[in-house]
Amino acid sequence: MKAGIVVFPGINRERDMAIALERSAGHAPRMVWHRESDLSGLDLVVIPGGFSYGDYLRCGAMAAQSPIMGAIRAHAARGGHVLGVCNGFQILIEAGLLPGALLRNQGLRFLAMDCHLKVERADTDFTRHYQQGEVFRAPMAHGDGNYFAAPETLDRLEGEGRVIFRYATPTGEITPEANRNGSQRNIAGIASENLRVLGLMPHPEDLVDPLMGGEDGKPLFDSICAALAA
Amino acid sequence: MKAVVTVMLKNGVLDPQGKAIGQALSGLGFDGVGEVRAGKVIEVELAETDPAKAQAAAEEMARKLLANTVIESFKVEIAA
Repeated sequence: MKAGIVVFPGINRERDMAIALERSAGHAPRMVWHRESDLSGLDLVVIPGGFSYGDYLRCGAMAAQSPIMGAIRAHAARGGHVLGVCNGFQILIEAGLLPGALLRNQGLRFLAMDCHLKVERADTDFTRHYQQGEVFRAPMAHGDGNYFAAPETLDRLEGEGRVIFRYATPTGEITPEANRNGSQRNIAGIASENLRVLGLMPHPEDLVDPLMGGEDGKPLFDSICAALAA
Repeated sequence: MKAVVTVMLKNGVLDPQGKAIGQALSGLGFDGVGEVRAGKVIEVELAETDPAKAQAAAEEMARKLLANTVIESFKVEIAA
C-alpha cells in the first residue's frame, strides 16, 4: 500500500499518523505538502489532525479551498481511499466529500480525553480487523466535534449503513453520557457512499503501540493496509 | 463598495456560545435576557460599483466559503 499524508499549515498530527501507517504497512508514507497537486501512485490519502490555517472562519474551511484539495477530490472520484481524522474529518466535510457539519462541542469545552467507539460496520476496508459491534478505546482532542446533519441526511446515512463508529460506553451502550461532544445519534465517524472515504473525530493513530498505552487503534491501520496490499 | 456579510447559525442549530453569553449576562444582573444567538460579521471590500452585481457577488462568496449553509444562514448588505 502506498499512503500519503497531506500536510497543511497548522496540522500537528502528521507524525503520529506516519508512525501508525508505518507500523502497519512496514514502510513510511509519503508526506504531501498542501501546495502540491499530484497524488498519482497513492492508494490511500490521509488528512491528519491539527488546526489547519488556525481554524480560521470555520475548522477546515480554509484547507478545503487549498490547491491539493482538487487532487484529493479527483482521487476520491476515481474510487481512491481517503481517511480524515479530527481536523482531517472537518476538512473532508467542508470540502463536501462527506455530508453534515461539525459544530462546537456541546458544553463549549475542548475535550482532551479517551473515548470509546463502537464499530457499527466491520465489513469496510478500514474496519475489517475489528469485530462487528466491538468497542475500542481512542483518544480524542477537539473543540469542534459535535456532528450535525439535517434529520433526512442522518436517516440516509443510517439507511445506507454509512455510520461506521459511534461514541459508546466501554461496554458498548450508546448513551448520552458517552457522547461528550453532543454529536447527533452519537456519531463519531461516517463514510462516503462507496465506503472508501472515512472521517472520524477521535485519534486511532495515537493508540497503535503498547508504549502508547494500548493498540486499540491498530486494527484500523491493519485493515486498510491489508485491503490495499499490492 | 463594501459588502457586509452577517453569518448566523440557523434556527434549530444548537448555539452553545450564545447560550453561555446569555447566562453570563443574567449573571451580571441584566434582567429579562431571552435567547442570545452569536454569529459573525465579515466585511469585504469590492471593486464593483454596481450595487446589484456587488450583492450577487457577495452572495456567491457567502455560499461558497463565508457561510456553511448546512448549519448557517447569511445576510448580505451593500454599503457605499
